[in-house]
Amino acid sequence: MTASVQDFLNNPLGKDTRLEDVLDAFEFLDDWEERYAYIIDLGKQLPAFPDDARVEENYVHGCQSQVWLIHHYDEASGKLYLLIDSDAMIVRGLAAIILVALNGKTPRDLLATDIDELFEQLDLFRHISPTRGNGLRAMVGKIRDLAALTGQA
Amino acid sequence: MTDLSVANSANKPAFDAAAIRRDFPILAQQVNGKPLVYLDNGASAQKPLAVLDAMDRYYREMHSNVHRGAHTLGDRATAAFEGAREIVRDFLNAASTREIIWTRGTTEAINLVANGLAPQLREGDEILVSQMEHHANIVPWQMIAARTGARVVPVQVTPGGELDLESFDSLLGDRTRVLAITHVSNVLGTVNPVAELIARAKARGVITLVDGAQAVPHFQPDVQALDCDFYAFSSHKVFGPTGIGALYGKAALLEAMPPYQGGGEMIERVSFSGTTWNVLPYKFEAGTPAIAEAVGLGAAIKYLGQLDRPAVEAAENALLDRANQLVESVPGMEIIGTASHKVPVMSFKIAGLHPSDIGTLLDQQGIAIRTGHHCAMPLMDFYGVPGTARASFAFYNTLDEVDQLFTALQKIQRLFA
Repeated sequence: MTASVQDFLNNPLGKDTRLEDVLDAFEFLDDWEERYAYIIDLGKQLPAFPDDARVEENYVHGCQSQVWLIHHYDEASGKLYLLIDSDAMIVRGLAAIILVALNGKTPRDLLATDIDELFEQLDLFRHISPTRGNGLRAMVGKIRDLAALTGQA
Repeated sequence: MTDLSVANSANKPAFDAAAIRRDFPILAQQVNGKPLVYLDNGASAQKPLAVLDAMDRYYREMHSNVHRGAHTLGDRATAAFEGAREIVRDFLNAASTREIIWTRGTTEAINLVANGLAPQLREGDEILVSQMEHHANIVPWQMIAARTGARVVPVQVTPGGELDLESFDSLLGDRTRVLAITHVSNVLGTVNPVAELIARAKARGVITLVDGAQAVPHFQPDVQALDCDFYAFSSHKVFGPTGIGALYGKAALLEAMPPYQGGGEMIERVSFSGTTWNVLPYKFEAGTPAIAEAVGLGAAIKYLGQLDRPAVEAAENALLDRANQLVESVPGMEIIGTASHKVPVMSFKIAGLHPSDIGTLLDQQGIAIRTGHHCAMPLMDFYGVPGTARASFAFYNTLDEVDQLFTALQKIQRLFA
């Protein structure tokens, strides 16, 4: 399977599932079990990832789980679209939150978004802190690098 | 008539986990709002008050550099430092303190030996390791192999996680120069029959090294009975401080090896026309050593020595037995490493869950385990897994904590169902 432009544009994260939805949902989650059940559910919204994109250049290093990331820059709208995959459910869920915040934005808007602050707000900062070797930080770094490069082009 | 036995058991207090736990202040804390359940002892064990106090006292009362001999503090520091070496010698039952080299840990000890043996290795020589080695007992040999033209050859592992003795016998050959083998697998908990392996290697004149990092927290090795040439372990896994470990080596072999690093302490005389080496063990101890850490390690071994070791071993076995009994209570859970002789280490996977998911959600419940490849990627490849979750127990863990682990795993399992 190869990714089509439509696969990128159809990604519901950041489009149908919006940051306000996630922030609202977190308000009503009482304990860790509910929070993580919700995170796991969000991960299930990650669209299918193309098999032929699982190559070294799309691999995000520094993860205990395997993480893959590809992008599409839509010249007409000037927006950057992302697809992410992981074999770990929690990482998938946290990647979904990152996509809800960053997917389908212009590089300028993307670079202006503070993911650390968002994770702090959701009380998930530990997962993105430099002390955790789960690769989320590397994932965000890679997305920001992409945005910076695309923005220059 | 039973009075006598009662009196005897009263003299040697029965193993009391609650009392033992009071010796480890770090255990009495909450993590994520839950009482800490520390089951990552294989990665690093916690430290008893005896160790904390010994290091504190060392710095408050006797710190100075060692082996300088010009003043009283220096004498005190040297006495404490060399006293710790004697404690390690006694712990391993080495013949002489000349044979106990301080290192930063097991990793540095193996690197020291690999570099020291390099001049004796030729193209086509073989270094026998096993598929269950920690990277620390693979990579230093690969680096030396690349330099000398020698080859690193792995002994196979059985699906149950035991060393394949047929594979061992078929690979131990005329080209074998070194056998470097772990005493206990950090992933599987398997206790390897190292005495038997060493005997077979010795019969062919092969030099033997045992990686004891995961063994010493659970039992006391006897290097003379094992008849190994080298034995390495790390302080932090045996309830001592980080940053120090020890290498036992037979004096004749250590004498024949070149120094590992150059600097102060390891020399007898330095001049620009030539430098001569200090005697054992100092020849291998360049620079100011980790003095307080050596003192702390000595205190850790003394602490272990005053425990009732058979009772400790029985308590550890009871933890593993309970864990094994509870495996069925978590659907899809499978143990990796089912050797008949194991230390209390339980690697496992749960169908449909990534090890990192398990680790993250156990942490939410105050339970610390290790997840990942455990620095044993060849073994992960053998089992076809990206990693495992590993609960590794120490004598201060309780049966109740084992139960909590499984209750937590059941909860996680439901979360993903």
